[in-house]
Amino acid sequence: MPGATPLVEARGAGVRRGGRWILHDVDVAVSVGEVVTLIGPNGSGKTTLIRVLLGLLEPDTGAVRRDAAASIGYVPQRFHVDPALPLTVERLMLLTDRRPPEAVAGALEETSVGHLLSARVADLSSGELQRVLLARALMRLPNLLILDEPVQGVDYLGEADLYRLIGGIVERRGCGVLMVSHDLHIVMAATDRVVCLNRHICCTGAPEEVVGHEEFRRLFGPDGATAAAVYRHTHDHVHDLAGEAARARARGSGVAG
Amino acid sequence: MLDDFFVRALLAAAGTACVAAPVGCILLWRRMAYFGDTMAHSALLGVAIGAALGIGLGFGVFGVAVMVALALAGLERTGRLATDALLGVLSHFTLALGMVVLALSENAFRHDLIGFLFGDVLAITSGDLAVIWGGGAVCLAVLVLFWRGLVAATLHEDLARAEGVPVFRFRVLYVVLMAAIVAVGMKVVGVLLIVALSIIPAAAARALSRTPEQMAVVASTIGIASGVLGLFGSLWLDTPAGPSIVVSAAFFFLASLAVGPVARAFR
Repeated sequence: MPGATPLVEARGAGVRRGGRWILHDVDVAVSVGEVVTLIGPNGSGKTTLIRVLLGLLEPDTGAVRRDAAASIGYVPQRFHVDPALPLTVERLMLLTDRRPPEAVAGALEETSVGHLLSARVADLSSGELQRVLLARALMRLPNLLILDEPVQGVDYLGEADLYRLIGGIVERRGCGVLMVSHDLHIVMAATDRVVCLNRHICCTGAPEEVVGHEEFRRLFGPDGATAAAVYRHTHDHVHDLAGEAARARARGSGVAG
Repeated sequence: MLDDFFVRALLAAAGTACVAAPVGCILLWRRMAYFGDTMAHSALLGVAIGAALGIGLGFGVFGVAVMVALALAGLERTGRLATDALLGVLSHFTLALGMVVLALSENAFRHDLIGFLFGDVLAITSGDLAVIWGGGAVCLAVLVLFWRGLVAATLHEDLARAEGVPVFRFRVLYVVLMAAIVAVGMKVVGVLLIVALSIIPAAAARALSRTPEQMAVVASTIGIASGVLGLFGSLWLDTPAGPSIVVSAAFFFLASLAVGPVARAFR
């Protein structure tokens, strides 16, 4: 959405720890209806950048601006519940504030886990937990979703399902999405822009532009780039057969040609 | 029938246990049991300082416990030693220092060391009872009022902060609550066992609960039951009251271990 005020924006953001930059001179912005994917190897500062954008971490340099109209739904990385803490899905949904039961049920339905309302969080699979966390974020009616590794611990098929779900949410709600991944499969068709991070921004652009970028190839190797391309191809093919969520996919496949 | 002192003891034990147990739940969830112990071990120093300054033992204990928590936070920031090691240093240092300062002081407290260490619930006066129930009521009100935030800040700090929970303030509040529990419960089970009265009922409640709220209420109930059972047991067997209460709580914990397997057998 060119011209629109970004919901969240970092300019020249830098974070120093122990005398070295773990994030240096990063510019990134997400607007309504835009899907931005942040990729990079482990330790490349992806989660640090997310925390800076959320206001959880004050950057040492640069500035972060969140639009007054921005309402953020956040799904954190590594959501671990101590076994000493009993928790049902319903209680997790109501962790930070009260919501009517219809809102809770509705949000869980939207991510296809309505049947887990009274399940114990400790009994959930990774995929179910990610869907519950996504439902929590959606219940807050956000116009910006910030998802830190939404497919972690989920198997290959489950991953595709989750991306399809996220794609569908974007289409229905028109919210902006900032998503983190450390693997290349995240380069999904619904992504408008990929930001490749390795403490600084290596490259940024549409998925296929980034895959062809020299720094990206250096970071992930030629195999990685091929894998991403292959994945995209397969994904487009699946979408052709399934024929759903056409707009979200069309955006990606259009560029892929 | 029951002597007056025994009724006072029952009321004191119940009042302490009912607030100590929910705080103990958070202690377990945060994996901070040893931190609680460290605060409790500083209580002897608090007694000595409170007596020396003439500000009342409870306030002395509370103030020193909060200061120990601040010292720990400061030491953690230096990042030179793991929290575990720092707690080991602080816990034993403050306990030893408390003993030394007590021995040096000219007051009568030095003669009642066992009472401070393991409690003296049968010697509780109406004044003590007022402090326990007054302090306990304030703690309970704070717990009920800020419970949602305390649980959210415990479960996931980043998520809670991103959703507007002032996590740092809740961390401070929690430390203050723990210090208050030590000050309130010292007379009942003593500084060495007050954390036991917090975490053992909480641990026993875990197997019986599906939500944090259930666990807090069940823990309180088990804490009160332990107080009553322990006091009657100590009367019957002529055993020390404070330790008997903690042993009773441990029986509840052992019984709770059977709950899971039994429930599965009947499913």
